[in-house]
Amino acid sequence: MNIYVLMKRTFDTEEKIIIRDGEVDKEGAEFIINPYDEYAIEEAIVLREAHGGEVTVITVGDEDAQKELRTALAMGADKAVLINLEELEGPDHFTISEAISSWLADKDVDIILGGNVAVDDGAGQVASRVAEKLGINQVTTITELTIEDETVKIERDVEGDIEKIETTLPLLVTCQQGLNEPRYPSLPGIMKAKKKPLANVGVNELEMNEKELTAKTKTIDRFLPPPKAKGKILEGDIDQQVNELVHLLKNEAKVI
Amino acid sequence: MEKKVLVLGEIKDGNLRNVSLEAIACAKQIRNDGEITGVLFGNHAKDCAETMIHYGADRILIAENPELSHYTTDAYTQALMQIINKESPHAVVFGHTAKGKDLAPRLAAKLGVGLVSDAVEIEMNNGRAIYTRAIYSGKAFERVTVTEGIELVSVRPNNMKALKKDTSRNGPVTAFDPEIKNLRTIVKEIVNKTRGGGDLSEAKIIVAGGRGVKSKEGFRPLEELAEVLGGAVGASRGACDAEYCDYSMQIGQTGKVVTPDLYIAAGISGAIQHLAGMSQSKIVVAINKDPEAPIFDVADYGIVGDLFDIVPKLTAELKKILV
Repeated sequence: MNIYVLMKRTFDTEEKIIIRDGEVDKEGAEFIINPYDEYAIEEAIVLREAHGGEVTVITVGDEDAQKELRTALAMGADKAVLINLEELEGPDHFTISEAISSWLADKDVDIILGGNVAVDDGAGQVASRVAEKLGINQVTTITELTIEDETVKIERDVEGDIEKIETTLPLLVTCQQGLNEPRYPSLPGIMKAKKKPLANVGVNELEMNEKELTAKTKTIDRFLPPPKAKGKILEGDIDQQVNELVHLLKNEAKVI
Repeated sequence: MEKKVLVLGEIKDGNLRNVSLEAIACAKQIRNDGEITGVLFGNHAKDCAETMIHYGADRILIAENPELSHYTTDAYTQALMQIINKESPHAVVFGHTAKGKDLAPRLAAKLGVGLVSDAVEIEMNNGRAIYTRAIYSGKAFERVTVTEGIELVSVRPNNMKALKKDTSRNGPVTAFDPEIKNLRTIVKEIVNKTRGGGDLSEAKIIVAGGRGVKSKEGFRPLEELAEVLGGAVGASRGACDAEYCDYSMQIGQTGKVVTPDLYIAAGISGAIQHLAGMSQSKIVVAINKDPEAPIFDVADYGIVGDLFDIVPKLTAELKKILV
């Protein structure tokens, strides 16, 4: 089975965000594999263990993203690909998915797995865009995946409800929490990962025309939300506190 | 220039979802006197058409094909593509819901255009729409604009304000019959798992529990409070990891990002990942034993104490005035 994973390197979820000159300051920040993409990597490895084949992890980023690709290889992926779009001006979801699709265009794909959203950008566009560009079916926010011969059985999370569906390969899925428990890289895994192939792909190596290289959206600026005013800690015994809270919610906040 | 805008209306349990009304309000900003066309698929499309018109849509297109009675990526993409090709709109507005999240990027790729996902605000600048959207789960924001081509946008529930209902408005409701074929997904079954008032992303009031609820049963008082308030029940990652509740209830950086009018956090300490998912709520109430808990930093009102003492009393008190 030819298994591909779309991965993104993101800020650690513990990080505070600092904006400098309209850009998020990356200086000194810790980076991780996007948490939802970890489910995708884990599921890809489980699929390979069950069905054989090869897991290739793809990311779009700069050379720093090699670290997260090596982590994915240490978890058990076989190959990694780093698509570097640094020379493009302000790549957006459109250009990034065009680049990934261009790279995948001549590959024989059985399944592509991605996270359902990246916790930094929060848009959740790239995976579905890639599926459309490749002309394959998509199922998003999956929490269970079983492949039996030609049939793919999936459970997906739909705003808290579970939808049970059937489809076929080739397929792209995006992974939701609850799908699996991602493994930690083992020490032998980390040693092996150093020798696994990691390809660097530049824009010029992708067959993309001018139109595909031009972003469709533009970020004007980034900013922090205004700090919240200090709240009120209610005093008195429990009955007084509860009564005051009800009064405040009704008359001051007017939310009930 | 007048701009034609399409709004995909969403129907849930036979009713139009609020987010679809908010999407119409967004469309109204974009349109510059152009026409707003509501699009409704599946069962109940006819019943919801009038509501969209009362809330600002000028005309409605409905498709009641059986293939559209339940959402699949293929069926909705095909149907909406046929409408877009026929109508040539300037923009299409979706709710940033399970459907919108699945459909909008797929359609954007098919059209080769830009999409602004999860917009919380729109402003117009020289006829161009500028959208504000949360990044890093609400730890920061960005303003984005679409530079060329058809403009797709999905709006986050509970953020843009719906227009005032005007029952004197009327407009044509036209049926159309899109060609739908080669569906690759079959929906076998839908299992309803949401507890305590349903969908978190659209809830106006959320009562959420953390590790402090101590057990599955510990959510019971929270559910009772939510019921009295007509709200939904959520949870922190801690409560989900401890298996007190399902991950579908999780609010935070991994999990759902919510912006209700009232968020009551009970027994939640307020880790930065949780705050990212709820700190933009309009009013936050924190109930926690630990006065140093970081949840109090984002709370408008705080009570230091045991949630098992406070929550039932609060429920009883609210019952007096609300039920």
